Amino acid sequence: MNTFFASPPTTRRRLLAGVAGVVSLSLLAACSGSGGTDSAAPAKSTTVSQADIDKAMATPTELTFWTWVPDIAQEVALFEKKYPAIKVKVVNAGQGAPHYTKLRTALTANTGTPDVAQMEFQYIPTFTLTDSLVDLAPYGAAALKDKFVDWTWGQVSGSKGQVWAIPQDTGPMGMLYRQDIFDKYGIAPPKTWDEFAEASRKLHKADPSVYMTNLAANEAAAYHGLLWQAGAKPFATTSKSDVTIDVADEASKKVATYWGGLAKEGVISTDPDFTDGWYAGLNKGKYATWITAAWGPVFLSGLAKSTSGKWRAAPLPQWDASAPASGNWGGSTSAVIKGTKNPIAAAQFAQFLNSDPESAKLFATKQFFFPATKELLADPSYVGLEPEFFGGQKVNQVFADINSTVSPTFAWPPFLDKVTADWIETVGKSLADKTDTAASLDQLQSRLTTYAKAQGFTVQTP
Amino acid sequence: MTATTAMQAPLGDAESVRQRKRGTRRISPGPMFVAPFLVLFLLLFLAPLGYAAYISLFQQRLIGGTTFVGLDNYLTAVKDPLVIHGVLRVARFFVIQVPIMLLLSLLFALALDSGLLRFAKFVRLGIFVPYAVPSVVASLMWGYLYGPDYGPFAQLARGLDLPTPPFLSEGWMLGSLANIVSWEFVGYNMILLFAALRAIPHDLYEAAAVDGAGAWRIAWSIKIPTLRPALMLTLVFSVIGSFQLFNEPQLLNRIAPNVIDSAYTPNYYAYTLAFTGQQVNYAAAVSFLLGLVIVIVSYAVLLTANRRSAL
Repeated sequence: MNTFFASPPTTRRRLLAGVAGVVSLSLLAACSGSGGTDSAAPAKSTTVSQADIDKAMATPTELTFWTWVPDIAQEVALFEKKYPAIKVKVVNAGQGAPHYTKLRTALTANTGTPDVAQMEFQYIPTFTLTDSLVDLAPYGAAALKDKFVDWTWGQVSGSKGQVWAIPQDTGPMGMLYRQDIFDKYGIAPPKTWDEFAEASRKLHKADPSVYMTNLAANEAAAYHGLLWQAGAKPFATTSKSDVTIDVADEASKKVATYWGGLAKEGVISTDPDFTDGWYAGLNKGKYATWITAAWGPVFLSGLAKSTSGKWRAAPLPQWDASAPASGNWGGSTSAVIKGTKNPIAAAQFAQFLNSDPESAKLFATKQFFFPATKELLADPSYVGLEPEFFGGQKVNQVFADINSTVSPTFAWPPFLDKVTADWIETVGKSLADKTDTAASLDQLQSRLTTYAKAQGFTVQTP
Repeated sequence: MTATTAMQAPLGDAESVRQRKRGTRRISPGPMFVAPFLVLFLLLFLAPLGYAAYISLFQQRLIGGTTFVGLDNYLTAVKDPLVIHGVLRVARFFVIQVPIMLLLSLLFALALDSGLLRFAKFVRLGIFVPYAVPSVVASLMWGYLYGPDYGPFAQLARGLDLPTPPFLSEGWMLGSLANIVSWEFVGYNMILLFAALRAIPHDLYEAAAVDGAGAWRIAWSIKIPTLRPALMLTLVFSVIGSFQLFNEPQLLNRIAPNVIDSAYTPNYYAYTLAFTGQQVNYAAAVSFLLGLVIVIVSYAVLLTANRRSAL
């Protein structure tokens, strides 16, 4: 009756035979192609001699560098000028998640991996777990320690003195606020989270269309910056197969109760960020503050042009005003990827790109990255800038000062993607749905514990 | 030709030998024509399928490497509440969305075919254009239209002092998704049905007109019954499309993360397992299970339709 799906029986039989053939073929292919991650045991730290480095840097070499930083050719050119034998091929493999997915695919396939890749701080443990990063300590990276802001070095260091990556830019967290809205409703910039909560209630009562801030229910990274500030220690790894998961510790509970409470009261909003609605909200004065990172000011001035001159920057409100603290949200590093045929040149490139004063300054002035080097953060020509968008305030100085209050011991889990996804579906969801956020921490704890155990980790819980 | 046939009886043996010889010397053209398709089909379709089936029998862990687990992944998947809920959700989506979409497609196709519409070509193109918009773009666009603060519907509602329609809320989400998918595919199905309508011989209409049938009667008694195979085709395409729903929820997840979780549809769940949880093996098993569900549902749909037509 229906002519579209009639098929003669012989075709079906032949098709099945074909399928069987293909399956057995791919069985063979897969058998021969598996294995690979096991072989890469951490290499012993034997320092590479200067002679070897000089030789490698004079040998014609091509390096592949995966990054999504726009216009990075300028910084790369500085390196190629210093080492004419080395050519660097820049590849943009996507921004954020797609970049890491492709990198992981290439690592699994054991082919097509770059020599150097951009790596955000929080992803470093995820890739050291699979032995995918080259320890740069033997290549002279340890000597760079004092050039970089302390907490950034804490983020890239391994427990046995390894240097897994070189910091490129950072995002110490602060608060950008609308001076005009604060003035209109008689609100002083809050110094503590208690004052912030008071101000939230007062502001929303005075004008129900305005919220003190937007705590995006999808932005796990920003929330983890706030946990970092509060001194939470949700994750720790003592050895490779041991992971401590404690996402419901006292500090985490404090943060969850605080933000969950404000969300439930309806005096802050929880709109997803970096969406059309959120951009419009920033432009139209829906949010009186943006709790963000040091890259926020430049980003905002490009985004909310209509609000130019109305914004100011301040440190985050504090839990304990006598012991100021902050966390980090965003920023990146350069890491050398296991499997590179030119580890010396790759390591030198990662180090030069981020520690050479000229290159570092270009990042700060051309890409508007917030610097990771101490030298630049003390440079009056950088921290002394007075952007009009912030009414001539020395915004860079505000964030440079925050840097010294960022704890160097916050640690990320070895399976970040999973933590991010589960955070959105537990804590983030409770914020958006105005349910019990403190209780959602237990859900997160149990989800992550189950996952880690299934993945073969020995899980330590409180 | 007739001469040869006449000669064939006495010379039968010699002729067949010659033909056989010719057959061994020359490669017959049939397989050659099929070869390009077959090679691509094997490489790009069956080989990945076989590979996925293979890896679904293993378990790779971050610590401890890969072990053979047989059908364990499948046994876990059939009991996994996230899989079950996802399948039930797309089933509900199918039951609500597909009849509406196909009915609209059918109405449009009949209207265009009736020749009574003005600007028929323009209308046809207008209905078809959404299909040419990539579903990613469509989802982003609808995401903006649905926006609770600054979306046009919300603004209109506020302007009229009405409550803003909560398009992205838990209760409305499936309907909002159904709306996007219908918008995308009404035109596509309409073209399929319209093409089938054009293929109906005109003498049927003439005969019906002679018997005194009007436009409605012709549509009901001639057009719709003749459209049966085409309708079945669109229906089965829709089964597959509904159960594999992925792009739309994945993109709306960005603006409604608290409503659409990563296991909202089975396909999205498989994707999350593979790319955020690094559980490729389990993802492969879930995908195969979903494939099995689609085969069963498609078959059930065809079977019920065929039984009805037999009555």
